[in-house]
Amino acid sequence: MLGPEGHRRTDPMPHRQPALDLSPPVSDEVRKTTCYMCACRCGIDVHLKEGKVAYIEGNRDHPVNRGVLCAKGSAGIMQHLSPARLRAPLRRTGPRGSGQFEEITWDEALGIVAERLAGLRRTAPEKLAFFTGRDQSQSFTSWWAQAYGTPNYAAHGGFCSVNMAAAGIYTMGGAFWEFGQPDWERTRLFLIFGVAEDHDSNPIKMGLGRLKARGAKVIGVNPIRTGYNAIADEWVGITPGTDGLFILSLIHCLLKAGKIDADYLARLTDASVLLDEDPRSETHGLYLRDADGKPQVIDRRTGHLAPWDGEGVEPRLTGSLRRAGTTHRSVFHRVAEAYLDARYAPETVAATCGVTAERIRRIAAELAHAAFDQAFEVAQPWTDFRGKRHETMPGRPVSVHAMRGISAHSNGFQTCRALHVLQILLGAVETPGSFRFKPPYPKPATAHPKPHGKVRPGEPLDGPHLGFVHGPADLLVNDDGTARRIDKAFTWENPMSAHGMMHMVISNAHAGDPYPIDTLFLYMANMAWNSTMNTSAVMEMLADKDADGDYKIPFIVYSDAYSSEMVAYADIVLPDTTYLERHDCISLLDRPISEADAAADAIRWPVVEPDRDVRGFQSVLVDLGVRLGLPGFVDAEGKAVYADYADYMVNHQRRPGVGPLAGWRGEDGAAGGRGAPNPEQLEKYKENGGFWTAHIPEEAQYYKPWNRAYQDWAVEVGLFDAPQPYLFSLWCEPLRRFQAAAEGKGRHRPPEHLRAQMQATMTPLPTWYAPLGDGHADPVEYPVHALTQRPMAMYHSWGSQNAWLRQIHGRNPLYLPTALWEKYRFQEGDWACVRSPAGEITVPVAHMAALNPHTVWTWNAIGKRRGAWALDKGAPEATKGFLLNHLIHELLPERGDGLRWSNSDPITGQAAWFDLRVSIEKVRAPRHVYPDPPPQASPVPPAPARVAQKVRP
Amino acid sequence: MTALPNRVERKLGLVIDLDTCVGCHACVTACKGWNTENYGAPLGDADAYGADPVGAFLNRIHSFEVTPDEGPAQVVHFPKSCLHCDDAPCVTVCPTGASYKRSEDGIVLVNESDCIGCGLCAWACPYGAREQDPVEKVMKKCTLCVDRIYNDNLPEVDRVPACVRTCPAGARHFGDLSDPDSDVSRLVAERDGMDLMPEQGTAPVNKYLPPRPKDAELDILAPLLEPVAETPRGLLGWLDRALEKL
Repeated sequence: MLGPEGHRRTDPMPHRQPALDLSPPVSDEVRKTTCYMCACRCGIDVHLKEGKVAYIEGNRDHPVNRGVLCAKGSAGIMQHLSPARLRAPLRRTGPRGSGQFEEITWDEALGIVAERLAGLRRTAPEKLAFFTGRDQSQSFTSWWAQAYGTPNYAAHGGFCSVNMAAAGIYTMGGAFWEFGQPDWERTRLFLIFGVAEDHDSNPIKMGLGRLKARGAKVIGVNPIRTGYNAIADEWVGITPGTDGLFILSLIHCLLKAGKIDADYLARLTDASVLLDEDPRSETHGLYLRDADGKPQVIDRRTGHLAPWDGEGVEPRLTGSLRRAGTTHRSVFHRVAEAYLDARYAPETVAATCGVTAERIRRIAAELAHAAFDQAFEVAQPWTDFRGKRHETMPGRPVSVHAMRGISAHSNGFQTCRALHVLQILLGAVETPGSFRFKPPYPKPATAHPKPHGKVRPGEPLDGPHLGFVHGPADLLVNDDGTARRIDKAFTWENPMSAHGMMHMVISNAHAGDPYPIDTLFLYMANMAWNSTMNTSAVMEMLADKDADGDYKIPFIVYSDAYSSEMVAYADIVLPDTTYLERHDCISLLDRPISEADAAADAIRWPVVEPDRDVRGFQSVLVDLGVRLGLPGFVDAEGKAVYADYADYMVNHQRRPGVGPLAGWRGEDGAAGGRGAPNPEQLEKYKENGGFWTAHIPEEAQYYKPWNRAYQDWAVEVGLFDAPQPYLFSLWCEPLRRFQAAAEGKGRHRPPEHLRAQMQATMTPLPTWYAPLGDGHADPVEYPVHALTQRPMAMYHSWGSQNAWLRQIHGRNPLYLPTALWEKYRFQEGDWACVRSPAGEITVPVAHMAALNPHTVWTWNAIGKRRGAWALDKGAPEATKGFLLNHLIHELLPERGDGLRWSNSDPITGQAAWFDLRVSIEKVRAPRHVYPDPPPQASPVPPAPARVAQKVRP
Repeated sequence: MTALPNRVERKLGLVIDLDTCVGCHACVTACKGWNTENYGAPLGDADAYGADPVGAFLNRIHSFEVTPDEGPAQVVHFPKSCLHCDDAPCVTVCPTGASYKRSEDGIVLVNESDCIGCGLCAWACPYGAREQDPVEKVMKKCTLCVDRIYNDNLPEVDRVPACVRTCPAGARHFGDLSDPDSDVSRLVAERDGMDLMPEQGTAPVNKYLPPRPKDAELDILAPLLEPVAETPRGLLGWLDRALEKL
């Protein structure tokens, strides 16, 4: 039969169906462990066939992810099989940065490192700087560093989001991400500020899905509308760095309308605490205290002073006291004065924020509507810390989440504080429907350690490195004003740097300021590339030599599982395992996996053994601890206390009965929280899917900081040793103490040149000031804000070695808003030269309409150095991918005052990534991005050309 | 040319909520992970670590910008996989009978042992939902995880496609769209679920739930705030009176 075009047509093949095996075996065995593709720590079911990893899916029973898994987690098999995996310890043979190495044995590698570190410990332990990046074992790595005796230890919080964490803890005794969560079941209005993917990624997606399913409103405040902001019901495309001003304007509107939870403020916060308002007093601006040091309130029952926590006391919100010619007033007076000021009126802030006054008023009205008109009560009696019984738990269904977008600015700490003050004024923390803490939080800032930095050769440090300062006396500054730490954390320049300042380590070590170091020991921190500011210069510093031809940073030891850019700069490389080959504990001593209604922790364990000569880094640290004879790692005879990290996880006790893992303690394994070590503990975790949970009693589920039942439960399970109720701090006394020192009060005074800035920025109530870089770079010359975001399908550098994920995000154009796209007459495929005072880059551009009109952005850490990560040299990550880091200096440009100011938050030292301003110029498309560092040699074999992943018998 | 079945007993498919999808790509790699290990040849990746990686994926996310007349630009994440059409042109175009639609549940599959990799089906599919595997050169497409949804080796709760099981936002739903009382059919009815490109006449089984109104299109229910005080003193007095009433 011929068809109309003359082609031969055939009769259709009849419908026929082959027989299918609809029930193929899924796997030989499922092993349940914990994901490590970001900080989320989801439970995973790893399916094995023939002893090999065949398939990974979410663990349905797990408290974090309840079965779901993100793109990274589901692609974990390609991470585990990455061609970039290191294979054996390495010793550098070529110049630093070249990537030329020889493989050596573990005994050799550890011998070299131990000998060097032993020498330093005997004479000058501070000459070891030990910093860890995306380490999830900080309670262990810090304990090791403390035993070693160097003050120079921190993880990566200082360049990540310390502002968010520290502001939360100083203000309300807890923070977002792993430390708290919205009351997803009950909230009616959810605001997200500056959130791309970042922390708690799957729980946020799960929560958004639940809100969407029941029609709760989501407002996204972000200059960029991607991801969560794309599905937000309303998007506020705010100008970067102005979130604090926007939030304070919302507070202005709410106060003016009386839409605050006055009863909550009076009873549960310091709003009712009296301030010493006598300007002659040494404690001017601090809480009025009694002889026992207890902050004082006016008791409504008597009209007289009473301690904040007195039995039955009913604090007066608007209390005042006239004494010796001075009127001392409650904190709330200061709140009202500060925020009713016209400087926070919507009309005043609208242009700066890029949000209309009408819209600010409307969002304030929506907050009030949700918090008060849609309020409800949960019929659950509870008793507060003053002994008062309440028949119900009033709810305030407004919740908030925020992340790096508001914290990575030089005004980030105060902005994060402002957000928490907004929540607190609405009564929307720890109330049903609002924001809830997860154990071990809530915990007052005063319950955290203070920083320690006292060095004694051959001895441990005098206490934990990192902590929360409460005034000038807690700083780590020598009598001559120099810093005790290499990163200059806890100094006048950034007194409340609770997470340290990893981003300053290399430049300070290179400069020998405040002192030279010998050994830089890094773990999982890609500081020669995406995990540093000023990347080009840092690469030079790592390879720079002095007049004698010796490296300025004499010795670099690095542990990583993969052939990263940082590997090329190490003298000795200690190869780590993949996440499926290792032990870890996600511990209540650290950053556990708790939920708002339960304490929980988890383990990783080797679901498969490594096929390379690699070792889990934590076990390597145990080994080094033994070789160095560190206290805690060896007994009186010098014998090893722990065989490896797994042994430590089970048998270490931080306090009697309290160890890294809280589950199945006691010799019979029946105890939770407190109990003797149980040799079967890890087996119990494995049997239970890799995690342990302890449900919080119903009576203790909300109002936790003030709830007797919660406080008693927390003591029972070992979160702390005595009840510690506290008031939320609208007024931040530690800030006031620094501000007072800058005014010339007290024994400890800051250097003269810092005083004006300290007085302006360290206000005890949240304030807003323009990002500090704006006072250094010319806003006319550099008119455009430039940001990065983490893609949901990648975790920093790690995704590029993943054959599946790099097909999703293998390129990262610079996205330009319509106004700039048209202004510079860009077209698809064009390139731009992007300049900041710190440098320039030449990169591909793309158009995006859903953007703040003054903002450009790109995905974080897609760009790679040629030769790294086992990628071909022509990989788009190297030829077209780029980092904004080259444009971001750790110091602000000079402005003629003879000083170099740090490009960070002056309170916490948080790296101010997002203060970046740039200029843009259209240029002819080059063959390659600029800058283009020379390729590094790869210490691993070339990657296969093709992948066809399937476990075959 | 291959015939479609005369009738199908059920129409299993996906309902994808575009109002909830955050574009995270979780479904993309969960799909790849399950299907490379299971049905047919592995899902290959050519030039996997090179300049131009090309891999077979059965499900991909596309992101679009929409700029409404009023209000700011919006971004819609659009997951796309085979829609298991009633009138599947990829089946009728197949010269060998390798492509077929199952009569019991309507799932469209490729019998790889009969597939000659001619690519006609990919050409015929208006949705671009078929890809040739770059390594094995057979045609690959969504199987609706036919080897999961009936699999006795999986707990019943897990007998859903891998993309549905993993979706963190709960934006993907699986069920029988021929049954008007099924959860998925109800969702489609409640949320005005749509066919993709209905003018193509393929009668897709999968449905998309459109994004809800956003930004300027929203109904705002909150009453505007009335000031109670202009000064700190006024506010404190008002609060004192309010608290006395408690």
